[in-house]
Amino acid sequence: MKKPVLERPVLLDVQGITRLYGPAKGCEAIDFQLHAGEVLGIVGESGSGKSTLLRVLAGLEAPDAGRVVYRRSSGEPEAARSDVHEPDTARRGGTQALGGDPQANAEAELDLYAIGEARRRALLRLEWGLVHQNPRDGLRMGVSAGANIGERLMAQGQRHYGQLRATGQAWMGQVELDPGRIDDAPRTFSGGMQQRLQIARTLVTRPRLVFMDEPTGGLDVSVQARLLDMLRTLVRSLGLSVVLVTHDLAVARLLAHRLMVMRRGQVVETGLTDQILDDPQHEYTQLLVSSVLTP
Amino acid sequence: MNGYNFAYLDEQTKRMIRRALLKAVAIPGYQVPFGGREMPMPYGWGTGGVQVTASILGADDILKVIDQGADDTTNAVSIRHFFQRVAGVETTTATTAADVIQTRHRIPETPLRAGQILVFQVPIPEPLRFIEPSEQETRLMHALEEYGVMHVKLYEDIARYGHIATTYAYPVKVDERYVMDPSPIPKFDNPKLDGNPALMLFGAGREKRLYAIPPYTRVESLDFEDHPFEIQRWEHACALCGSDHSYLDEVITDDQGGRMFVCSDTDYCQSRRGEVA
Repeated sequence: MKKPVLERPVLLDVQGITRLYGPAKGCEAIDFQLHAGEVLGIVGESGSGKSTLLRVLAGLEAPDAGRVVYRRSSGEPEAARSDVHEPDTARRGGTQALGGDPQANAEAELDLYAIGEARRRALLRLEWGLVHQNPRDGLRMGVSAGANIGERLMAQGQRHYGQLRATGQAWMGQVELDPGRIDDAPRTFSGGMQQRLQIARTLVTRPRLVFMDEPTGGLDVSVQARLLDMLRTLVRSLGLSVVLVTHDLAVARLLAHRLMVMRRGQVVETGLTDQILDDPQHEYTQLLVSSVLTP
Repeated sequence: MNGYNFAYLDEQTKRMIRRALLKAVAIPGYQVPFGGREMPMPYGWGTGGVQVTASILGADDILKVIDQGADDTTNAVSIRHFFQRVAGVETTTATTAADVIQTRHRIPETPLRAGQILVFQVPIPEPLRFIEPSEQETRLMHALEEYGVMHVKLYEDIARYGHIATTYAYPVKVDERYVMDPSPIPKFDNPKLDGNPALMLFGAGREKRLYAIPPYTRVESLDFEDHPFEIQRWEHACALCGSDHSYLDEVITDDQGGRMFVCSDTDYCQSRRGEVA
């Protein structure tokens, strides 16, 4: 008899992260754990430190104190990543725990700021992904959509033009872009399409962990809705773990399983998304939830 | 010539450049910064190459200078005169007779031999520059061997033109480590870089960088598995010497659209005509 996985393994363990630019500017003493396959939303007003926290988590800025630990082979073997079958993952996870591959154990824990810069950059490029708020920050605007999608693959050492192109077209289809526009420059795309392209470019190497900074910021509502729908489908079908920073509670409710509310650099409340949005406990969260406009 | 040290540069400067050259030879393809001096010519005319040549030239060396393969073009003539005046060295146009060859845009057709030194004039030494404007970032990319973006450019070529349309300054990987810009030589000359018995030195005067390919070093041109590296071919043979295997220049001969294809390497063309005649 198979047992369902109740406790998902921890993928990212954040311990006491502090990065302050001044008193209450930045983030202070943040602790949390992100489990495999989980979407964690970080919400809060502008200047609450959520973007600083994301930059520290994503390896772009060293913290003043604290550790970011990435548990690489946490029960979920490499092969099981691409096709996510729950029972299958559980069974293979069980055998691995029994077998105990020594090399996997040696690599099990990576302290993001203790490993060398080369390892960190390789990790960011190949196993993690970062989706910027402004697609211009995440895309190479001078080269075609296909080259943008293929870049991470070429960095991995793929040297077959035909395959790169086929992968590019497949991913354009996945993010609901017209594959016929693979040779067009990103600047000829609309804002929403650029954001889709950025997502395809990030997900092409099948990262396990993706950081998103306001992925729907600056888009109009109907485009936002379609993008959110697409993101939700991708997250589920690829089994991604996501840290999502947003100030939009509607986005958080749609995508996030769990929420962290930040204010003045500190976490004031954490919990399941519905629980926080429907029954906020902290006075700041109550204020935040009550200030949402409903048409 | 009175008032100048041998070969124009003072001995301390030559020492500094030689030291940088030793480092460049020790790390093939790595760009070594050096304290470039003002030379009596504008940047872009070969100040980097001239400084390298001045530092390595000995009193009994024989010098050849070519520009686009030719010994009689402005840049070649003026640099040759410069060294005749400030170093009093013997000069030649024969590739086989030369000890030091300073070149712009070509590698001679006549195979080089061990003991010869080829000095390249380089305008932009950084092959990653077109895609990464930050010097700090490109140095980090070299250090960590992050060369994926080089293929982004080649991918873009194929997507746009159906083939790799880069025809000069074609990026190479030296000794399976550093990606290097071989200066604006046509990609026709890239295969000559691989395992060449001569020492090849590259000097960029404006950017103040030196790099080198030691003799018999492996040099690969970057490509895709399904779009392998290829060199240019011509349907014509040289109109003067009849060569069908050298790099040809197209020369317009009149206002009626008349044209001819001739070897860009003038010494090679002349010596072939001498043999045939």
